[in-house]
Amino acid sequence: MKLKWISYPYVFWMILFIVIPLMLVLVFSFTTGNLSFTLENFQKFFQPLYLKVLGKSVDLALKSTLACLILGYPIAMIISKESIKKRNAMILLFVLPMWMNFLLRTYAWMTLLGKNGVINFLLTKMGFEPLNLLYNDSAVLMGMIYNFLPFMVLPIYSVLIKIDKSLIEAAEDLGASKLEVFSKVIFPLSLPGVISGITMVFMPALSTFVISRLLGGGQYYLIGNLVEQQFLLAGDWNFGSAISIIMMIFILIAMIITSKFDKDKEGGGLW
Amino acid sequence: MKNNKVIDLKNVNKEYNGVEVLKNINLYVRENEFLTLLGPSGCGKTTTLRIIGGFEQPTSGEVIFEGKNITSIPPYERQINTVFQKYALFPHMDVFDNVAFGLKIKKIHKSVIKEKVTSMLKMINLEGFENRSIDSLSGGQQQRVAIARALVNEPKVLLLDEPLGALDLKLRKEMQIELKNMQKRVGITFIYVTHDQEEALTMSDTIVVLDKGEIQQIGTPVDIYNEPKNAFVAKFIGESNIIDGIMHEDFVVEFAGKTFECVDKGFADDEEIDVVIRPEDLNIVTADEGMLKGIVKSVTFKGVHYEMIVDSGDFQWKVHSTIMKPVNTEIGMSIIPENIHVMKKVRKK
Amino acid sequence: MVNKFVKRLYTTLIFLFLYAPIIILIVFSFNSSKSRGTWDSFTFKWYIELFKNQEIMKSLYYTIIIAVLSAAISTAIGTFAAIGIYNMNYFGKKVVLNLNYLPVLNPDIVTAISLMTLFRFMNLELGFLSMLLSHITFCIPYVILSVLPKLKQMNKHLAEAAMDLGATPFYALRKVIIPEIMPGIITGALMAFTLSIDDFVISFFNTGSGVTNLSITVYSMARRGIKPEINALSSLMFITVLVLLLIINNRTSKDIERRGEA
Repeated sequence: MKLKWISYPYVFWMILFIVIPLMLVLVFSFTTGNLSFTLENFQKFFQPLYLKVLGKSVDLALKSTLACLILGYPIAMIISKESIKKRNAMILLFVLPMWMNFLLRTYAWMTLLGKNGVINFLLTKMGFEPLNLLYNDSAVLMGMIYNFLPFMVLPIYSVLIKIDKSLIEAAEDLGASKLEVFSKVIFPLSLPGVISGITMVFMPALSTFVISRLLGGGQYYLIGNLVEQQFLLAGDWNFGSAISIIMMIFILIAMIITSKFDKDKEGGGLW
Repeated sequence: MKNNKVIDLKNVNKEYNGVEVLKNINLYVRENEFLTLLGPSGCGKTTTLRIIGGFEQPTSGEVIFEGKNITSIPPYERQINTVFQKYALFPHMDVFDNVAFGLKIKKIHKSVIKEKVTSMLKMINLEGFENRSIDSLSGGQQQRVAIARALVNEPKVLLLDEPLGALDLKLRKEMQIELKNMQKRVGITFIYVTHDQEEALTMSDTIVVLDKGEIQQIGTPVDIYNEPKNAFVAKFIGESNIIDGIMHEDFVVEFAGKTFECVDKGFADDEEIDVVIRPEDLNIVTADEGMLKGIVKSVTFKGVHYEMIVDSGDFQWKVHSTIMKPVNTEIGMSIIPENIHVMKKVRKK
Repeated sequence: MVNKFVKRLYTTLIFLFLYAPIIILIVFSFNSSKSRGTWDSFTFKWYIELFKNQEIMKSLYYTIIIAVLSAAISTAIGTFAAIGIYNMNYFGKKVVLNLNYLPVLNPDIVTAISLMTLFRFMNLELGFLSMLLSHITFCIPYVILSVLPKLKQMNKHLAEAAMDLGATPFYALRKVIIPEIMPGIITGALMAFTLSIDDFVISFFNTGSGVTNLSITVYSMARRGIKPEINALSSLMFITVLVLLLIINNRTSKDIERRGEA
């Protein structure tokens, strides 16, 4: 009926707090201090120093996404095959760390990997030399995988449990081996979940700055750290905005690519 | 029966997304009448009902209620209540609160509400169901609660949108009788929507037949059944044989290569018309005695009668009879003049 | 069977991977020695230190206040928004929903700096208000995400039935629609609360004047080095989240059961 007007307060809110801020960022990225139109913020980005940062971010994001996929798919399959009660319990246990404070989870890895951390403690006790596990690429990668693995597993799991059992039975009835059933029936049907998972890992992995700061150290820069630095330290909001816009473009491209694969537009979702 | 018009629709049109859903609807409903809007899916009957209820606005035209123009008055200010197709009972309230809903809004005193609700529940045979939850009720019971919820407000007009659609056949037939009796007892106007022509014929005082947003015919069940105005009504109500014919002059019509005496008049000389003959009106006789002749092509046992398709060369006749003639028998069919119905030809679109 | 063994092993390893860091944190929160290597003795002293730590207690206070306020406000705005959106025509619905999900789809750092830019533009000093407004902004889409499906499940004639019986649209809203979608509203509120408590990035960029939340405090403490109080904090937060999650899970499975029966 005519109830649609009660959403207008929110529409107003949205415009004020979502649309306008993004427009402002856009404006900032194309201007300098004196509000004249310029492309120099973007040009500034195309220097080897910054491109290297972008490259490393994309590289790590891709690696962690791939790792999450390879590690996560099997576990999603294993859990999905259990009985309803068991798998609900298992999935709950799996999701639980995800709901734990993200800072604390990352911090936990610091305690594990640090010079005086648990792993090094065990190594020295066994007579080995302590390793430099923290403040490098691997530590950041490990942190990403740890944080984002559930985001890959959940969508795949939720699609797998919805697959009609009779499809698998039909394939087996027609003579397919276990491997063929997987590659020809299960995996293709699970694709929407895989796409969802990839999206939900790649994007935060690309834009993170906490994991890189805590596990990579103060001098470790991913693109997220760059944005933070520009806004909070260097005070160059124009450049920072430009970097954000570039980051959003990357994410947009990633979304377009994934949506081409996910024609259903159903995806796996979180629940 | 009083003859006052309680609802009057004047030149109602409804357009939706560029499509004309209702075209020039003019009809009126008398006090205490049981009027049915009948037609196939998409004919506009539900839209008409919703316009009377106030849930849709006509694109043009007026809705008159007891002489007053209520076209722009919202549903909660009309003295009309609706029984919805899927009942729309409030799931989070029990039976009592559902039925009492409208009374509570009118701020009627608690004890009066209790009295009215209890007696209404008694009337619909759900005494003692006050505290039951909605999802614990069967379809038929939910149906009756929906009716009670509407009737307890003593509206002048009750609108019913295919209320029996979700019930099984036996229950439907029982409810049809119950509803008709209820209407007579309570003495209010019922406007009923259905696509089931048998239902309409059973329950209604007046039937309005609609197709593609236009009124095809308004009349009593007997009129509509016996004197369908056009091929659509003839096909929709009951079963019929429709054959081309020529009206030579008043009371004389030619079809199937023969001339017959009939009881219709008022057509132009030698006008091309449609002839409608009900299957049960064809009497089976021997091939020699019959005004029409043919060979039985198929026989189906329908319980109440046999249905036979008789091929007479250029027409396939549908015959309903308790007499059975086997396939490939040559038979004759006779018909009395009163059972030959002549209708104006509808231009084929 | 080898296959089963491999599956069991793999599952165990993965779960170990997930829980090891957290378990270590919890275990060492009871360790009286600051080092993460040696075990001294069992103690509660870090928990006591935790509650004595002004910095942590202040940020806990802010975290909870902001979470409660933003959950309440975003649930109210979001519920009405969902109802309004439900009644919109196709075109309006699409536009509003797509805009609505921007904070969900955008990386949080982009949402964070865009809001920061807005506040600078509005000349609003960063502090409690800016943090609250930011939290409400990213919570509302999740409330809508919880409420909208419930509206779609609802019989669409319920509101009409109420109005047919004499209810004004507002009365129908209060007495019929809202009770019907209440499970969605509550789940939305819980989600908003949980998201707000857990937020870091958006809060980090949009607060000031001494207003912090737990995540920000942990961040600055972690950068300075390891502190056992944080371990104690982790254990407590873990339990809290466990309880919250069990509640949400219980509600969703009850809801699925109820729908299955109906």
